[in-house]
Amino acid sequence: MASSRNTSLSRSVDRVTGGVLGLLALVSGGMVLLILWHLFAGAWPAIEAGRLGAFFTDAKWQPGSQRDPQFGIVTMLAGSALVTLLAVVLALPVGLASAIFHRFYAPPLLERWNRRIMELLIGVPSVVFGFWGLMVVVPAILRIAPGTPGQSLLAGGIVLALMILPLIALTSQAALQAVPSFLLQAAAGLGLGRARTILSIALPAARGGITTGVFLGLARALGETMAVVLVCGNIPQIPDSLFDPIRPITSTIALEMGYATASHKALLFCAGLVLMLCTALLVGWISFRKNTADSAIGGA
Amino acid sequence: MIAIAGLFGALLSFVLFAWLIRDLVRLGLPHLSWDFLSGEVTDAGRSGGIAPILVSTLGILACCLGLAIPLGVGCAIWLSEFTRRSGTAARIITGGVDLLASVPSIVFGLFGMVCFSQTLGLGFSILSGGLTLACMILPLLVRTTLTALESLPSDLRPAAAGLGLSKTTTTARLLLPAALPGIVIGITLGIGRALSETAALLFTSGYSTRMPGSLSDSGRALSVHIYDLALNVANGGAMASSSALVLLALILVVNSAAVALSEHWLRRRASAP
Repeated sequence: MASSRNTSLSRSVDRVTGGVLGLLALVSGGMVLLILWHLFAGAWPAIEAGRLGAFFTDAKWQPGSQRDPQFGIVTMLAGSALVTLLAVVLALPVGLASAIFHRFYAPPLLERWNRRIMELLIGVPSVVFGFWGLMVVVPAILRIAPGTPGQSLLAGGIVLALMILPLIALTSQAALQAVPSFLLQAAAGLGLGRARTILSIALPAARGGITTGVFLGLARALGETMAVVLVCGNIPQIPDSLFDPIRPITSTIALEMGYATASHKALLFCAGLVLMLCTALLVGWISFRKNTADSAIGGA
Repeated sequence: MIAIAGLFGALLSFVLFAWLIRDLVRLGLPHLSWDFLSGEVTDAGRSGGIAPILVSTLGILACCLGLAIPLGVGCAIWLSEFTRRSGTAARIITGGVDLLASVPSIVFGLFGMVCFSQTLGLGFSILSGGLTLACMILPLLVRTTLTALESLPSDLRPAAAGLGLSKTTTTARLLLPAALPGIVIGITLGIGRALSETAALLFTSGYSTRMPGSLSDSGRALSVHIYDLALNVANGGAMASSSALVLLALILVVNSAAVALSEHWLRRRASAP
């Protein structure tokens, strides 16, 4: 009798606990919807006024101008895309080379310390990277190319590259480590040298993991604000050269939200929506690829 | 050939980061002193110290953890113990949390400004900033707690059920204490993430450099202080350097603690019978 009362009591306790925890889970899982909702609410005045077309067709971004207000986001989309791509182009060769060295050539102790240091470097705040870029990289560019503003696409690319370098190096190294050892042993058995094994066996086998790292780097660089706002020069234009200033979307939001009013503010929320969509697509594509790869292995 | 390229890449990345750290130390060390850490901000940050900034940063961190820990750990416990992982509800919630992890920090700033500062009427305050950061580190806490719970020995649960323990008791008395090291590591990583964040705080916690009297006061985080000195204050570079060095030291301590904890924990588990 007592035991059955106990069981029913513990069942109802479990139901309450499950309900409370389920509610917490619902809030956590629904947070992204809440964010989307608030962004939409902020952007709504611009969407309602039919400004979204001008967003992609206007050539310039001068929302505060009284005489000729223009709301083109294209220059800033280009700025974001260019600086992100430049960062990956700079970081990938160095990160991959470092990963190959530590996977195949370095003694284990060095490998372990390198990984530990890279893990710490992933945590370095982006504002510190941006500040360093402003104090060191920009003056260095001024020395190399006098007469340019210094704050430029190149400066942004270098600072972002350094920021995503540990991420790319670590994911590439993990991908190389996950290559099944029988593949490498078979290559050695066939008499292939170490360099040939790496180029023809290990790298192709690790391609998926390395690509994932590159996409994570792209998403991180695209969403980054602080590192770029300090070093890119913040002029919304399509750059003619690496030494021209640019202005990514993130910088625009950070710089203008403080004083923006009415329709200008709504447009900044639209820009935030576009940005969120881009990074969500990048990350969504990663998990989609990972799922299909997993099910391919499971099906084999 | 490929060995040389690899060595070159490894050396280059090492040298670049050594350069970064050396510059920060060279620029920041001259102004670093006890007076700097304990002084009021004067002349827009060109002189004085960073004591109010440090207090604000701690306040933001406390608000952030106060919301993020119950939400994140609760969500992970529900996913791991109270529902089927492959069920529709669990998959939707996991997907939502993963999507949340992809949101750029400046977008969190926009969201926090509308939701916490305006809709909930918290204004530019330490509380708004902390709550915004809580949303940002939530996915990290859910993931690490989930991993910690799932890596527990699988015979714990049926053994507890066989003893007639309720799920609530099993979770509170058995699973959570066993998973605590993993959860603590997750929280430590979350602290590191929150400390280094700037963009999400620009429009939520405000710019005030006064010593905050309560959580509803505006307060400037250390990272925002660096940004403001570097961008908006002429001749703010020297003080920005010292602040950057302090922030870097804090982050390194927090993240090293996470690494040390996880290695200590792994070693203990490996040596357990």
